Parts: sequence; structure tokens; C-alpha cells
Amino acid sequence: MSIFADKSTTLIVQGITGRDGSFHTQQMIEYGTRVVGGVTPGKGGQKFENTVPIFNSMHDAVRETGANTTVIYVPPPFAADAIMEAADAGIKLIVAITEGVPVLDMTRVYPFVKEKGARLIGPNCPGLITPGKTKIGIIPGRICTPGRIGVVSRSGTLTYEVVYQLTRAGLGQSTCVGIGGDPINGTNFIDCLKAFEADPETVAVAMMGEIGGTDEQEAAAYIRKHMTKPVVGFIAGQTAPPGRRMGHAGAIISGSSGTAAEKIAAFEEAGMGVAKRPKDFVELLQARLKSKMKPTAKPTTKQITKQTAKSAAKHKAKATTKKARPTTITAKKAKKR
Amino acid sequence: MNIHEYQAKELLRAEGIPIPAGDVATTPDEAEAIARKIGGPVVVKAQVHAGGRGKAGGVKLAKDAQEARERATNILGMQIKGLTVHKVLVTAAADIATEAYVGIIVDRAAKKPVFMVSPAGGIDIEEVAAKTPDKIMKLPVDTRYGLTPYQASQLGFFLYRDVKQVRAAAKIMQQLYSAFMKAGCSLAEINPLVVTPQGEVIALDAKMSIDDNELDRLPHLAKLRDETAEEPSEVQARNANLTFIKLDGNVGCCVNGAGLAMATMDLVKFYGGEPANFLDIGGSSNPEKVVNALRIITSDSSVRAILFNIFGGITRTDDVANGIVTATKQNPLKVPIVIRLTGTNEEIAVKILKENGFSAMTDMDEAVKKAVQLATGGKAA
Repeated sequence: MSIFADKSTTLIVQGITGRDGSFHTQQMIEYGTRVVGGVTPGKGGQKFENTVPIFNSMHDAVRETGANTTVIYVPPPFAADAIMEAADAGIKLIVAITEGVPVLDMTRVYPFVKEKGARLIGPNCPGLITPGKTKIGIIPGRICTPGRIGVVSRSGTLTYEVVYQLTRAGLGQSTCVGIGGDPINGTNFIDCLKAFEADPETVAVAMMGEIGGTDEQEAAAYIRKHMTKPVVGFIAGQTAPPGRRMGHAGAIISGSSGTAAEKIAAFEEAGMGVAKRPKDFVELLQARLKSKMKPTAKPTTKQITKQTAKSAAKHKAKATTKKARPTTITAKKAKKR
Repeated sequence: MNIHEYQAKELLRAEGIPIPAGDVATTPDEAEAIARKIGGPVVVKAQVHAGGRGKAGGVKLAKDAQEARERATNILGMQIKGLTVHKVLVTAAADIATEAYVGIIVDRAAKKPVFMVSPAGGIDIEEVAAKTPDKIMKLPVDTRYGLTPYQASQLGFFLYRDVKQVRAAAKIMQQLYSAFMKAGCSLAEINPLVVTPQGEVIALDAKMSIDDNELDRLPHLAKLRDETAEEPSEVQARNANLTFIKLDGNVGCCVNGAGLAMATMDLVKFYGGEPANFLDIGGSSNPEKVVNALRIITSDSSVRAILFNIFGGITRTDDVANGIVTATKQNPLKVPIVIRLTGTNEEIAVKILKENGFSAMTDMDEAVKKAVQLATGGKAA
């Protein structure tokens, strides 16, 4: 399992003939992503690398290919329109890689996409990858390996750094999502945490935040209330001066709000593991996975035997169903705590 | 991008917002001439991108043109929060009965522009928000519909009782919103919006920040950038398409990607050093960018060691290596350099560096420790 994307993902590339679009389309195809079409207005009817059909519009592309996902590489002035076109054409997962989309454009795009029932990831993001299955965007495939850690981040290369270290330590990933560095983005930390919590494959989450805004604080409150899986967090920008945009449009301390200190405090309050350095993720995740196994392992077996005895006595159920039923009950109970 | 008060006022005046007459001066002569033209008492205001100009002595009242000249002489060239004053705004003085605050910011949580208005104007709005939050009205605007007349009037009624003033304020709200949208702002503020003893509602100060991502499609606003009001190294970096922010430390950092660049700075601090800068060479690799980056870092005399931290995904590490070799051939380094690179074409990069007498590291923490050690002369880490 995974979140948002897997082998069923069929992808259109908007801006497939551009410099970035064509390079990364090649990379995605090599990784095994099912790229079923591309869009470049005016180049409809042609083919990318003699294989992938190109269309003039998203509506044409969706009608002809039945694609469920799109990735956007079009230049900033046209990116907002490209996102809305995709949502209007019925695409349910829109991944916008483009950096430099004006924030006021996003104030119109965000409610439009919501009303169409689509999920937008980005803009100004590296996309997502479900290792071994599919990648949408620009995350280098070779640094990832299939596994059970969910990764969510506002950054690109910092994510690569952490994922690379996880991979080397044998901690594979279920899905890695880059939600982007802009002040207004389509998918936030909570959206991803919710999905990781619901994903049976994911056992723990690594989360990389940065200065600016309050997304991490809200995520921490969510984790405290709703997450049963351990989450380890990191905040970049502890040495950033206030009032300056640190590369990402959204990475700015406004007045006294959005500092690394307040975000780290929120993480600590939520009982999360806090990585002081990128390399601390490995140890903190390993420790949490170990301690999680121990205490839950005992009551789980007890409960299972209890439940099995009960249900056996009550219902005289068949041996095959006995096992399945109590396990789900235990899982539900564990969640409530 | 921040623009000056006089520039913001021009944009607001173009929308029809009532603002006292005024003009910008770069010399005492010009200031005197403007004051004479206005006639009567004027205010001379330093034009710098910093708050607290009044407290720093950068805003002075002058009763006539002669005094305006004297005030301008004092204020021009003055330092406010490390910034030199190159321009003053000379504007007609106004009598004030009441002061209010009106602002629009793009609110990240609401994902909309949000109006903030308060009858407690003239002071720091963050302070008002912290101490007396009931004195602030916040109103999000759906940009697909714009600020509706009923919303504008709600804002007006929050500020004033007199219906005439409410209507005048509501009109100003519409005009401010229009200016905000047209200029692609992330912030627009009138502080204070005043009522004069005669009952007129006028804007006495204005502040606007334009979203950098808008500048490509708004070239007439991109021209408003005042490079004399910025750190020269930052101007140089921007012209080379690099994101650079000067800091106070001595470890010069060159990193690809904003998140990793911040994490690298933090790690420098973690190991007992101080970063000299934030520098992101961006995603796509290009040896020329590395050459420019090194030129900017080495022009800072406080830099004692240079640290490269490159994670090659899209960025090809061999491009970075070539850039380092080219740059150091043109301008031999006077300070030690620590290079950490890993990822795409790492073997080629290491080979290029070795052939040219550099060594490369692959572990981020080890590289940062070494750079800090070199910068502090072995005292820290």
C-alpha cells in the first residue's frame, strides 16, 4: 500500500515538450510510471519519444486516455490555469512542480480545485514517489527503496538527504510526498498524516517542516489527537533571520510568528520525536519502531486469545474466521487509545 | 519586494485614495523646492525599508520650506537599522482627530487575502493584536468575487460611527483592495488612516510588499525596486539568479535547494559555528551559477571557510565540480574550502575535484564539522 499514488496511477504530463517536462517524463517512464499522455497546446497529434501521445488540451487527454493523475511543468504565468484545466477535465490528483506561481493566483485556484473534488499537491514541490511502484515529479528514484516509513516534507533536496539516509539505514519508504514551499499549497501536512495513518503499510512517519506559517503547529495538534503511528519531525531554518524569505516563498518569519522554536515546541508538546539534525531521523525512527513493537505486542496477543475464546464460545465460528475478526477488533481498540 | 512609502502612495493615489500632496527628494535643495510648492507645514520622511522610522528620528515636522531643507539635510545619509537614507518624502502636514489601521495580507491559513482593520491606528498592529484583539476586525476576501460593497461597508462601520466617514472609509477599502490586486501584493497597509478635524478621511502612511513571483508579468512594478536600499551582495546574487541572504557569521555556505540550505546553516550552528549567508544555487545545474556563487561568497571579508553542500538529484554534481574548478582558477581562494557532494555523477565530480587538487566528502555532518573547525581556527566542534 501507499498514499495518493500506486500502480493504478495513470499519468498525463502537462508541459511534456518543455525542457523540464521532457527530461522528467523520460525519468518517470524509466522508473515505471504509467505515463499515458502529455499536453502541449498546438502539438496535439504528435508523439513524445514516438510513444506517448500528445494532446492540445487536458479535456482531450482525459477523454482519450482515461488518466486519473496529472503532473504540471508549465511555466509560472500559465501554471494556475493548467491546474484549473486539469481539475475541470476531471483529474483527481494534480501535482504541480512549477516554482514561482503568484500567490494571488493560488487564492483562486485553491477553492476551484476543492469544488471539483480534486487533490492538488504543490505548487513548487518535488512531487511524490511510491518506491518500486510509481513516481510523479522529480524525486530521484534511486535514493528511495520500498518500505514502511511515510515521508512528508515542504522541501526538495532536504527530503532527498533524509530519504537517502533512511534508505542506507534499511528504512524503506511507503510513499514520499513533497508538499511544496509556497505559502498557499493544495495539500498540507495534516492531509498527508491522515493518509499515512489510514495506510496499513505505513508504520511511522518522517516529517520535514520549515519556518513560516503555522502548518507544522496544526499538524502537531493533529498528531497529538489522532495519530497512533509514531511521527518524527524536523524544522529547517533555526538560524534564519526574521522578515526574510529563505528561498521558498513560504519560508519567512512574519513578525514574531512562524519561527523554528515555536514549531519545535509544538512537536515536543505533541510527544513527537524531534530530529535536531537530518541524520537523527534514522535513530529516532528505529527507536520508536522498536518501542512500539514491544508494548503493543503483549496486549495484542492477550486480547486476541481472549477475543478468540469469547467468539469461539459465543458463535462457535469456524477456525478460519476466528483469526480475522478479533484482529480487526484489536486494531480498532488500539486506535482509540 | 518591498517598495517605498512614496511609491506605494503613488499607486494608492492612482486608485483615488485621498493622500496629502507630496513628492520625493534626494537632496536638501529638492526637499526645499517641494515644500515651497506645497506651502505651509510639511513632514519630511526617510524612505527606507525599515519599521520604526519615527523613533529613529527619520520623520520630522517642518514649519516651512527653509526648515524642510534643514530637516532633509539631517535625515539624508542617516542610518536607520543599518540602512542608509538616500531619499526623503516631503509631504503636506495634516491635522489629526483620530487614527485607524487598515491592512490587507495574504493569510496562509485562510488561503485568501484578509482585511485587518482597527480603530486603534498609528501603532504596531501586532501589538494591538496581542493586547486588545477585540479592537481588530478580520475579514477574508474570496478573490474570485472581490471585496463586495457590503463587506467594505462592514469594515467602515467597524472603524467609524459617522455615516459620512463610514462611506468614505468603505470607498477607500475598495480602492486599497484594487491596488492590492493590481500590484500583486502580499501586503498593503495604510497606517494611519486618519480623520481630520474637518471630518475628512485620508491616508497618511502607506506600505506595500509585492509578491516576487508577480514581477515577471508586472514589469512596470519591477522597475520600482530600489537597489540602493539593499545589501549589494544580494543585488548581485539576484541578478545572477541566485537566492542569497547575508548573515553575520563566518562560514560561507553554498547549497542546492532552500530546505537543505537552511538545514546546512542550522547544522553549522549546531556544531558551534555561525553561517555567513544563506545561498541556494537552485535545482538545475549550471557551472556558471557556481562561479557567481563563489564570487559572491568570497567578496564577504568575514568569511573564514567555505562550505559546499550539494545533494545531486536534478543537480549534476560534476557541473558543480566544474564550476568550483573554473571559479578558483579565475580567482584563487584565500580561505579554505570544504566540499561535500553526493548523488548524480558523484564519481565524475570527485575525479574532477581530485585532479584539480580538491578533496571531496560525502557525509554532510562531517563536512559541516570540518568547515566550522577551519572557520574558528579549530576552537569549536
